[in-house]
Amino acid sequence: MLTTDRYAAVMPLLSARALRKSYFKARLEIPVLKHVDLDVFPGELISIVGQSGSGKSTLLHLLATLDRPDGGEIRFEGNRIDNLAPAGRDILRNRYFGMVFQFYHLLPELTTLENVLMPVMIGRGVLSYYASRRRYVARAKELLELVGLSHRLKHRPRELSGGEMQRAAIARAIIAEPKLLLADEPTGNLDRGTGEEILELLRNLNARHNLTIIMVTHDNAIAAEADRTVRLFEGRVEVPVAMAVDAA
Amino acid sequence: MYKYLLCLRYLRTRYIALASIISVMLGVATMIVVNAVMAGFINETQVRIQGFISDLVVESHSLDGFMAPEWHMDQIRRVAGDDVVGMTATVQVPGMLIFSVNGKDGAESITRQVNVVGIDDATYASVSDFGKYLQHPANRERLSFDLRENGYDARDQQVENGEERKELAFAGWEYRRRKEAQAARLRREAHTPLDSVPPETPQAEASRIPDNLLAEESGAAAGSPSAPTLDELVEDGGGHNPFQGRRWQPSEGEASVFDPAKQQHPGLVMGIALPSYRHRDADGKVQTGFLLRPGDDVQLMLPSAGNNPKGVRGYFTVVDFYDSKMFEYDSSVVFVPMSQLQELRGMFDRATGTTYVSAIRIKTRPGVDLVALRDKLRAAKVVSDDPRAADAPLFPPTVFSVSTWRDKQGPLLAAVEMEKATLNLLLFLIIAVAGFGILATFFMIVVEKTRDIGILKSLGATFWGVMGIFLSYGLSLGCVGAGFGLGLGLLFVRYINEIRQFVESRTGREVFDPTIYYFYDIPTIVDPLTVAYVVAGAMGIAVLASVLPALRAAMLRPVDALRA
Repeated sequence: MLTTDRYAAVMPLLSARALRKSYFKARLEIPVLKHVDLDVFPGELISIVGQSGSGKSTLLHLLATLDRPDGGEIRFEGNRIDNLAPAGRDILRNRYFGMVFQFYHLLPELTTLENVLMPVMIGRGVLSYYASRRRYVARAKELLELVGLSHRLKHRPRELSGGEMQRAAIARAIIAEPKLLLADEPTGNLDRGTGEEILELLRNLNARHNLTIIMVTHDNAIAAEADRTVRLFEGRVEVPVAMAVDAA
Repeated sequence: MYKYLLCLRYLRTRYIALASIISVMLGVATMIVVNAVMAGFINETQVRIQGFISDLVVESHSLDGFMAPEWHMDQIRRVAGDDVVGMTATVQVPGMLIFSVNGKDGAESITRQVNVVGIDDATYASVSDFGKYLQHPANRERLSFDLRENGYDARDQQVENGEERKELAFAGWEYRRRKEAQAARLRREAHTPLDSVPPETPQAEASRIPDNLLAEESGAAAGSPSAPTLDELVEDGGGHNPFQGRRWQPSEGEASVFDPAKQQHPGLVMGIALPSYRHRDADGKVQTGFLLRPGDDVQLMLPSAGNNPKGVRGYFTVVDFYDSKMFEYDSSVVFVPMSQLQELRGMFDRATGTTYVSAIRIKTRPGVDLVALRDKLRAAKVVSDDPRAADAPLFPPTVFSVSTWRDKQGPLLAAVEMEKATLNLLLFLIIAVAGFGILATFFMIVVEKTRDIGILKSLGATFWGVMGIFLSYGLSLGCVGAGFGLGLGLLFVRYINEIRQFVESRTGREVFDPTIYYFYDIPTIVDPLTVAYVVAGAMGIAVLASVLPALRAAMLRPVDALRA
């Protein structure tokens, strides 16, 4: 393919072509994403911004294979993933993608440590997990240390503050050593200062561990911290004038 | 791994689900208790039936029986070989038991319909555990139709702390002599002027003595019976009576008058419910009163053998009571020496002296297939050196019936078995209903946990992973419910009689009335296999009930779940 040949040197980690997605409300089709093209290159920190209702969360869900697009295709490392069977998506989400949500989404019954270990537990069988559980626990503790939560290992999520919960969620997202971190409004529920800390943490991960991050936000100030910003407007990517000319 | 971790956490934090399995627990406990009690009942009944009937019975259709029991036993041994460990011949015949008690207007004669069983006291014990139901310790060792001096159990010895039977404390020869002495005194007083006789004798013993019976007894002993005895009939027809000389006959030098204080009629063992009655005393305790006791005399009226049956009667002395706790037997059976019965009824061949019996009871080696042996006996041919006798059917169905004890009591056992099956079905339905409770609770939990399910899916949890969480949750709830139910049920069975006593003492109502059941303790048998089935069934239902909610959880689309 033409595109692949042209960027053969730097193949996008994740690329979306002509993505479409609509919702139905009382039999009325409401298009959310009309035509979205996106390339994410390894090591990038991209922010996707747009007003609420512009479809940015929907786009993230499609990229994370949590939902299926109505049209278009998504490729991860050159392979199509939008039409994968459920089992394939489960593996992809477990091993290659990490996810961080606005409302942290920790499991309330488990301790911080157990929450962080969850992707490993899901990915391994009982025996293989049990056999190397010390290694995994050590790794989880290391990550919690990295996000600054080593004093909260045995606490339940409801005993943590918002910032702490988000840190735990980030630790959970990276324990399986994913290639791509998808963050849906990671600072949306936090005050400015805590939000800055979380952002700092994500930038650190991006810079030091070369983790590719796609971050959805409605806050322009936060979006500005990213390497590149993709603006969504009414279901399309807003193309900067210069690039539009270039493409033409 | 996460499945079990989450399942464990849900188990510890969702008490609502634990509440939903209380019904499973109660269902399991009830099923265990009901099965144990029913099995106990069936077992007790079977033991008693088998103890009475023995394992296999070869019976004649006719009341007159068949002849040559020894030859038949020999033939049976040839057919069955080592499978037979004991055999005895018996004579069964319906009869009338007549005895006198003190009634409203003095002595009153009581007549009861009974099944008279003539047994051979030497061999009967080899086929039946008849002996262990008797009231005299020596008779339990070895039955004797001779009256014992005294020493009958004054308390029911078959059950722990059994009921008191105060009449039996004073029974046997001791009682017979005292009764006779008082009767003699009454007879003497009857010949003295009337005004010297007190109108009522306050003593119970004296008032119990029936005048007319005593009068008849002395009359009978004096040699003027109202019905002809067989001796007379036999002497008329000539020939040979094989029982000649076995009955009491005045020997040389002995007074030719029967003296009840020194002599007894042939012995008789009667079912304990025949002469006894149950009532409640002032405290509401069940008491058993006895109209007769060992040492008393009774009459039996029987049809004589032959194609022109007449009523024949004989006197017998009660020597013991038979207490099998099986009301059907205890209220109808009377055991007498077989030779007495054969003689009374004329069950012998005058020309050859061979006797007639109605049945041969066979006890088999443990583990023998009774049905197979029965069919073998039914099909057996006569083994004989004489070519004319050989190869004829040994027990032609026109004359004999060969049956196992189960065949004889089939309807009763079938009824109990059916009751058990019905109860099990109903109780299992209760557990099934409990399953719907689990279903509803689980749906609630799935709805409550929708977002967590979304999180798990976003972390890569598979369809079967999410399904597994709720299935194993259902299974562990089932385990907990069935486990507690098992414990509760077994505890209940273990202490069922204590619980019964407690309930009775609290409510004042008899829960398990011994006047109805004739058992003093509720019998129970816990069959491990049944318990295993019940527990497995309950766990299965819990898992089945969690399938639908688990499916719903597993099929949730991650986006929808996350948005919830």
